[in-house]
Amino acid sequence: MRRTTKRRISRGVLYLIFIAAVVLIAISADWERLRANFLQTDIAREQLPDMITVAAKNTVLFTLIAFAGGLLLGVVLALMKLSTVLPYRWLAIGYIELFRGLPALLTIFGMAYVLPIAFNVNVPGGAVGAGLLALIMVAGAYMAEVIRAGIQGVPKGQTEAARSLGMGSGRTMFSIILPQAFRIVIPPLTNEFVLLIKDTSLLFIAGSTLATREITTFARDGVVNTANATPLLMAAMLYLLITVPLTRLVAVLERRMARSR
Amino acid sequence: MTTNGVPAIEVAELRKSFGPNEVLKGIDLTVAPGEVVCVIGPSGSGKSTLLRCVNRLEEPTSGKVLVEGIDILDPEVDVDRVRARIGMVFQQFNLFPHLTVLRNLTIAQQRVLGRSKDEAIDVARKNLERVGVGDKIDAYPAHLSGGQQQRVAIARSLSMNPDMMLFDEPTSALDPELVGDVLDVMRDLARSGMTMMVVTHEMGFAREVGDDLVFMDEGLIVESGRPREVLSNPQHKRTQAFLSKVL
Repeated sequence: MRRTTKRRISRGVLYLIFIAAVVLIAISADWERLRANFLQTDIAREQLPDMITVAAKNTVLFTLIAFAGGLLLGVVLALMKLSTVLPYRWLAIGYIELFRGLPALLTIFGMAYVLPIAFNVNVPGGAVGAGLLALIMVAGAYMAEVIRAGIQGVPKGQTEAARSLGMGSGRTMFSIILPQAFRIVIPPLTNEFVLLIKDTSLLFIAGSTLATREITTFARDGVVNTANATPLLMAAMLYLLITVPLTRLVAVLERRMARSR
Repeated sequence: MTTNGVPAIEVAELRKSFGPNEVLKGIDLTVAPGEVVCVIGPSGSGKSTLLRCVNRLEEPTSGKVLVEGIDILDPEVDVDRVRARIGMVFQQFNLFPHLTVLRNLTIAQQRVLGRSKDEAIDVARKNLERVGVGDKIDAYPAHLSGGQQQRVAIARSLSMNPDMMLFDEPTSALDPELVGDVLDVMRDLARSGMTMMVVTHEMGFAREVGDDLVFMDEGLIVESGRPREVLSNPQHKRTQAFLSKVL
């Protein structure tokens, strides 16, 4: 048998397996029950306005706050980890290990309940404030490692050129190295952003009011109130509606940047 | 301009080790104001390290480095201020890829010398014209050829109005047909009276432009003198062996 025919046949088999799997799933699923449980249009219509104006808005807002805070904290931690001052390095390493190692849920719980009891301090912003602070702390730990790798990915010659022009080490870092490092780490930072969108669903553990519910909490309440799972499917669609355009947009930006480089 | 009588660069008993590996084993060298000194030698001879010690990109292990009479190894000396007066051109150009050509030339002028934006742009424009890439002012480095990038890098250094220029194999990363443009710029620069220390493999350039030629091998200056004499009548065996390979 010729090699091309062989290849064509093996590819055909792969297609067949794929089609068979799809058909099998489609006929074995109980569509009537699925529809009754997840696709009640009247419930969807009733839930949709608040789900967008309150829940989706909160999810986006919380994500933006946590990302901005995490980014700032991440830069500080990354610079500490690269510092020549040993205690700074230890502090950064300890912090990163701690908050990367703990589940975000526990950190949020700790900030919301343990901190007020242990130190008698309340984070401003109430439950949401405490939860967001916890998300910032966790995001900062993850982003610190990403940013550190980005900084180290900038060629050494860049530092040497800047220093040769008489720029100090701080100025070199902020004007020359960090802007280039951020370009390098756009893909992993996008990843971090998408993870954060989903991590906002953990904020419920800190407690939430009607006005501070994000998509998941809102949908869970919806399930209880309507005795139907339709809000969960809506929530899933909403998350995808946020994340997919975002990742596509970043991919386009990245391509454009690569072209101008 | 430099003070009369004081050498632009004075290196004495300079030693540099990387771990157990001694790269410079006691270098003595003087560059007078307005002089062009070319440094040649096989790779690994320490010539780039010597150059990089002059603006303290490398920290010497021992010895003295005086720039215009100032001991740059003195902890009291503000090394950033000294560096601002020494232009440095690298083998890999090291332009800032995230900035336009213009911004590459103005950023240090504004942030280090404290020049106004208008003045910095003015100076940048003149220097880009001088090296023949005035039309690339708004381009990003990635859109330039290697020869253009290196000329922009030279213009970037010149924009700081340095008292002297260090060149670290400035044409070694270039395609052969682009080498000439960069050497032309360096030749003009030398003619204008710029003090230059050039690590190079371009023997033609060294012969024609250099006032002094230094041959280094294994961390030592083996031979130095008038370029024409060293190149055509090398005294030392190692110089002869090296030149027989490259000429």
